[in-house]
Amino acid sequence: MATLRDLRRKIAAVKKTQQITKAMNMVAAAKLRGAQARMESFRPYAQSFANMLGNLSRGVDPEIHPFFQRAPIVEKVALVLMTADRGLCGSFNVNLINAGVKFMREKEAEGIGVSLTCVGRKGRDFFRRRKVEITHSYVDLWNKFDYSHAVTVGRDVMGEFLTGQVQEVYMIHAMFINVAIQRPRLVKLLPISPEETAEEAVGALEYIFEPPVEQFLELLLPKYVNTLVYHGFLENSASEHAARMTAMDNASNNCAEMIGQLTLVMNKARQAAITKELMDIVGGAEALKG
Amino acid sequence: MAEKQLLLEVVTPDRKVVSTMADIVVCPGREGQFGVLVGHIPFLSALDIGEMYYRSGGQTAYLAVSGGFAEVTGNKVTIVAEAAEFGHEIDVERALRAKERAERRLAAAKTEQIDWARAEAALRRAMVRMKVATK
Repeated sequence: MATLRDLRRKIAAVKKTQQITKAMNMVAAAKLRGAQARMESFRPYAQSFANMLGNLSRGVDPEIHPFFQRAPIVEKVALVLMTADRGLCGSFNVNLINAGVKFMREKEAEGIGVSLTCVGRKGRDFFRRRKVEITHSYVDLWNKFDYSHAVTVGRDVMGEFLTGQVQEVYMIHAMFINVAIQRPRLVKLLPISPEETAEEAVGALEYIFEPPVEQFLELLLPKYVNTLVYHGFLENSASEHAARMTAMDNASNNCAEMIGQLTLVMNKARQAAITKELMDIVGGAEALKG
Repeated sequence: MAEKQLLLEVVTPDRKVVSTMADIVVCPGREGQFGVLVGHIPFLSALDIGEMYYRSGGQTAYLAVSGGFAEVTGNKVTIVAEAAEFGHEIDVERALRAKERAERRLAAAKTEQIDWARAEAALRRAMVRMKVATK
């Protein structure tokens, strides 16, 4: 049985751990608020963009731009897999990585190769350990990311698509449903299907384009892909903080429970020691009386 | 006079910059500046890096925009841009530094490999910012 001093030391250690997990919980909560606010403020932009594209691309010939064109034979696809840079966020990274692995297995079963782009350290490390080839990787950006990061990622995958290295581009990111639930989500980035983009159809309007429609799309479509990628960034970041918040909350609760149990054991041990001493004294007194 | 106005919305990835009624909106189109009044036909334009302004009840407000598109439908103008700022929001010091940096890059272009288009765009953004900031 553990001695009284061991137990005290153990309780002190668990208390310290609890302080850390509590602090991390609060930091994650603060960051989550920021991430949610960013997500909110991005929504009008994404919405306007999707509506604009939806309005103009209905009835547009898919031949007009390579981003609309479906390849007859798909040999290779690109996958952008988002994870967090850090752990201590429950099953967040594992879920995303599993979704990525599942996607790659399915594609490989069809004989389709996957060119992997990892955003976030955890995903990159996982696939690097397993000697999976990674085309591009971006790490250490979640602490401070902005639109330009999405542009960089977008440029890389669009490059792969336009040079014909891949015929389709997908992205997996965590979808923020609420603070308790975040789910991996698979999004198809390229080719763009015009029907899917419009969220509220205004009906086909006869637009005047300036510059002409081909050049206009040339400018618009890459930016549209960037908005999709940025949306993934925002969702993923909010999800990460939510996951960490929940995980740290659980950890703090477990610490509290453990402290309770240890305290009980400690009190019992102390009481046993006192009882033993008392018995010794009483026994001694009895012996003296003789 | 201004019984009929347009709804103007300017949105960027970070925020909704403006959502207001305006008499006229003037934008820096890629093919030249254009103005939009009520009743404009449906129109889509790519925007250049430049200044846009709108007038509402005799008041004129200027914004620096870059990397955007304008969509005109009936009596609504939606501007979707990567960046849009009012003059008073612009950090002139920063714009000045950006301008000098871009100029240095362009000057060094003869000797070393640089992304000319990017440096030039940076220079133009900085110059537009400075111009709008002083309005």
